Order: sequence, then C-alpha cells, then structure tokens
Amino acid sequence: MNEKNSIKLEYEILQNDFTRAGEASSNIKKILKQLGIEAKIVRKVAIATYEAEMNIVIHSYGGIIKVIITEQYIDIYAIDKGPGIKDIELAMKEGYSTAPNHIRELGFGAGMGLPNMKRCSDEFNIESTPNGKTEVYMRIYISK
Amino acid sequence: MEEYFHSVVLDKDRCNGCTNCMRRCPTEAIRVRDKKAIIIKERCIDCGECIRVCPYHAQQTQLDTLDKLKKYKYKIAISPMTMYGQFNLDKDMNKVFKGIKMLGFDEVFDEGYAADIITLIIRENLKNNQQPKPLISSLCPAVLRLIQIRFPSLIDNIIRIESPMELAARLARKNAMERYGLKSDEIGIFYITQCPAKVTSIKNPIGIKNSHVDGAISIKQIYGDIVKNSNTVEKIEAFRTASTYGIDWARAGGQSKSIGVDNYIAVDGIDNVIKVLEEIELGKLNNIEYFEGLACVGGCVGGPLCVENPFIAKSRIRRLAEKRNDEIKVSREYAIELYDSGFACWTEKIQSKGAMKLDENIVEAIKKIEEIKKLTSLLPGLDCGSCGAPSCRALAEDIVRGYSKIEDCIFKD
Ligand code: SF4
Ligand code: SF4
Repeated sequence: MNEKNSIKLEYEILQNDFTRAGEASSNIKKILKQLGIEAKIVRKVAIATYEAEMNIVIHSYGGIIKVIITEQYIDIYAIDKGPGIKDIELAMKEGYSTAPNHIRELGFGAGMGLPNMKRCSDEFNIESTPNGKTEVYMRIYISK
Repeated sequence: MEEYFHSVVLDKDRCNGCTNCMRRCPTEAIRVRDKKAIIIKERCIDCGECIRVCPYHAQQTQLDTLDKLKKYKYKIAISPMTMYGQFNLDKDMNKVFKGIKMLGFDEVFDEGYAADIITLIIRENLKNNQQPKPLISSLCPAVLRLIQIRFPSLIDNIIRIESPMELAARLARKNAMERYGLKSDEIGIFYITQCPAKVTSIKNPIGIKNSHVDGAISIKQIYGDIVKNSNTVEKIEAFRTASTYGIDWARAGGQSKSIGVDNYIAVDGIDNVIKVLEEIELGKLNNIEYFEGLACVGGCVGGPLCVENPFIAKSRIRRLAEKRNDEIKVSREYAIELYDSGFACWTEKIQSKGAMKLDENIVEAIKKIEEIKKLTSLLPGLDCGSCGAPSCRALAEDIVRGYSKIEDCIFKD
C-alpha cells in the first residue's frame, strides 16, 4: 500500500471521561463523509469506533484509537491498558457485561460492545493480557 | 425545477457582513466575502436559523404576493396548523378562515384536516411497517434535507407518507376539479406558511416529482389583513376544520401523541435534532419506534414566518389538544383508501446528497484531508470568523477546495 494514499488518525481516550466520549468516532465519521464513502460503510465504522471508545472509557485505564483509511479499506485499532479481558469468548457473548452498576445507570455497558464491533467489521481480532494490554483490530472494506 | 432552488436568500443591500448568520448555520453553508454573506446552495437546508438571527433582516424567504392569485380562475388557500396558535383561543377560527378568504380566495382548506387523515394513515402503517427503526417523521423538510446531506444512512428510516401540506393540496385540487369541473391549471393553490423549508418543497419537493402547491405567502405578510378582515365578519361561514389531533401537529411532540405511539422521541431545534440523529446513526435508539425531529424550537409554531411568539402559540395548541373534546372526523376507511391507492404516499426515492464530499476520487479526497489536517495545524484555532469562514477548520477546507487563501486569516501574512 502506498503510504501517501492513506490517512492516519489517532485519538487518545481517557478513563472515565464521559464528557469527551464519542468525540473520536464523530470526528472519524465526519472525515469519512468528506471522503465520500458510502453511507452504510460510514455507519459501520462509526458504530465500531464508538463502541471501542466506550469500552476504553468504561473498562480500561485509558488508551488510544488508531484509524488508517486507504482507498480499499479502513483499519481500526483500539489499544488500551487495564485489567484486560479474562475470558474473551464470554466477553464476545451478547448481553455479557462486566460494567459496574453506576456505569449501567448511565445507559452504557449493556454488554453489546464487542459483539457489535465484530458485527460491524469484515475482519476482527482481539488479544488481551490480564492486567496488561488489550488490543482490538477491525478491518472494514470500502466496497467499490 | 432547479436542483438547488432555495427559498432562503440574502438581500445584499441590507447585509452588513456581521457574521451572525455564518456562526449560527448548522450546515456551515454561509461564508462572508467582501463584507457580504453568501449561501453555499448545496449545503443549505432552509432551516431559517439565519433569518432568525440576522439583526438587519437581510436573510429572507422568497415568497409570492397576493398578485399571483390573478393568474388563476379558482384560488385555494391552505391554512397551516400553526394558524391556530396565532390567535387567542377565544377567537372563532371560522372568522379567521373567512378573513383569509376575503383576501381573494375562493376556498380555504385547513391543513390540519390533512393532518387528521395522515394521523389515521400512520396509525395503520405502524402496524406492519418493515422499515428500520426508529421511523423518522416526514413532516419537517429542513430535517429531511439535513438527513440527505449529513445522515444519508438514515434515509431508509424516513416514513414514506406525505406531509399534511402536500396531501391538503392534492385533496383540495381533486375536490375542486370534481365539484366545479375545473381544469387543473385553472386552480391556484397557495400555502400560507410559517416555514421557508416548506416554500422550498413547493419548487423542489422531496419524495414526489411535482408539488400540487402553486405558491406560498407567509403568515407575516397577511396577518394584519386577516385580523382586520376577521373583525368585520358578521355572517359566520362554517369551514371544515381539523380535529384537535390534526391541530396538535403544530407543536413538537403533538404529532407523536396524535398518532398514539408511546415509544417516541420528539426533538425540536435544529442543533438538538443533529445530536439525536448522531445517536440514531450509532444504532443507540433502535428500540425507539418513532422519531419526530423538527428544525424549529417548539415545532412549527416556532417557524420563522410566524407572527406570534412560539411559546405562547405552543401553549395555545397544548391547551386545545389537552382538552381532547373531539375525535377525528374523517373515517378510517377513507384514510386507508388514500393510503392503499398511493394518493398519500411518496413515489420517488430520496437521494443522498454528497455536499460534504471533497472529491469524486477517493485518492484525491484522501490527499485533501491530509492537506486540511496540515493547514488546520497552521491556523490559530480561534474560530474568530474574521476570514469569512465559520471556523479555522472550515477555512482550511475552503482553501483546499480552492475557495479561499491562507492569507484570508488575519493572523497570517
Ligand atoms: S437557512 Fe439554515 S442552512 Fe440555509 S443558510 Fe440559513 S442557517 Fe444555513
Ligand atoms: S419545524 Fe415546522 S416550521 Fe420549522 S422548518 Fe420544520 S416544518 Fe418548517
């Protein structure tokens, strides 16, 4: 891939920062619309990055979201430091959530985050070390 | 029909180049060049924010005058739901309608009557609607245009049933043709409007090929004459008037209440609508059945061409609606027939509009985004507006699009 024909975006996401939560995904969405990318794809990326952002805000000690946009696909990396995910298979089940009550009362943490992210992406990978790094990788193709 | 016809236009002589409208515009459609505002046509949604905020009344709506009535043999006025909010509740609406008629019309048709019918149709439609949820109301053309430009992924959520204005015009025309044997072009239908976006919809409709409305006159233009005329009425003529269900469409939330959906969200004010559309786009409101988004604060009672203060008008509508001492007079069978025959439905696809797109070619667009990023980092980030763009980021975009130069920034030389 020619490096020149790609856009790299990076956002720092802070733990428990609900005032700025959603900013990264809405920024990414705006750029995709300016690129003229099809509405359906934009929506998938928006949902995937939003859920990733919320996961970092709720579950981690903070992290980053990195997006690389090329003419064929969009790669999203959500990387954080935190308690990590003990049982990935369980975390991928819809409705399973470890979010504490005070977060659920805010309307977040319904246990749809990871499954939603997976549903939105064409390629999906997650790696997590307990008390260490969690990295989610998603690729969404731009259909021609 | 021009693709980019807009009812909102600028009166250059009055414009002082003050940037008030530019800062307020929800789609960044306004720039100030050589001390005059200009509207970027592809982006304007006719929400009327700039009209409200302009201290010099330079932002205006293109309207017709009563002179245009002369072109037609048979003239029909459609009186909007909001008309009910423009007068004290003890005012007899029959006198108001007579006052409108006395301006030179042969007939006055209450838009609220069409809202009654649409209320019944939507109740029916909701029973087996297969569209993605939440369904989005088709009432406010400013919101529909906003969706075309900024939220095209939500086009499929828009309910494909006509708005009351258009149905009223279609019914009025059909009745007049059948009753008096008139030809279609002998009939002139004029919408008395609170709303610039509706005026745009007449020349450039959404969801249909051609509008049945021939012209628009604002409430402001004729309010004084309606008051004067209505005070001289001695013999009361009984007009066909709407039920409180139809009238309730004039205020935010009234439409949803009339339809009887429980699980709805009603949002008024264009900035609030944008925020909630963002949430819908993220799939966070899939459990909501109906979304009523209205560009004006308070709903149509807040339309920029109304005379009465929106909050007073809204409270009047609320009091009328809360009485609920009546029922919709139209039969359910009649409404269903209008629905099944397609008479009250849209025929055309709603197109998405790529007004925010930087380039047709994605590789070029990617390069432009990189340039915008670079330029934005060079600009001071004050969003002062002195360059004639609403923000530093918008100036960077304009430079990349070739409309501005970096020297337009007063902090760069
Ligand atoms: S009518 Fe609304 S969208 Fe159009 S220029 Fe004015 S503020 Fe902007
Ligand atoms: S809320 Fe009503 S008056 Fe305001 S723009 Fe929408 S349709 Fe027009």
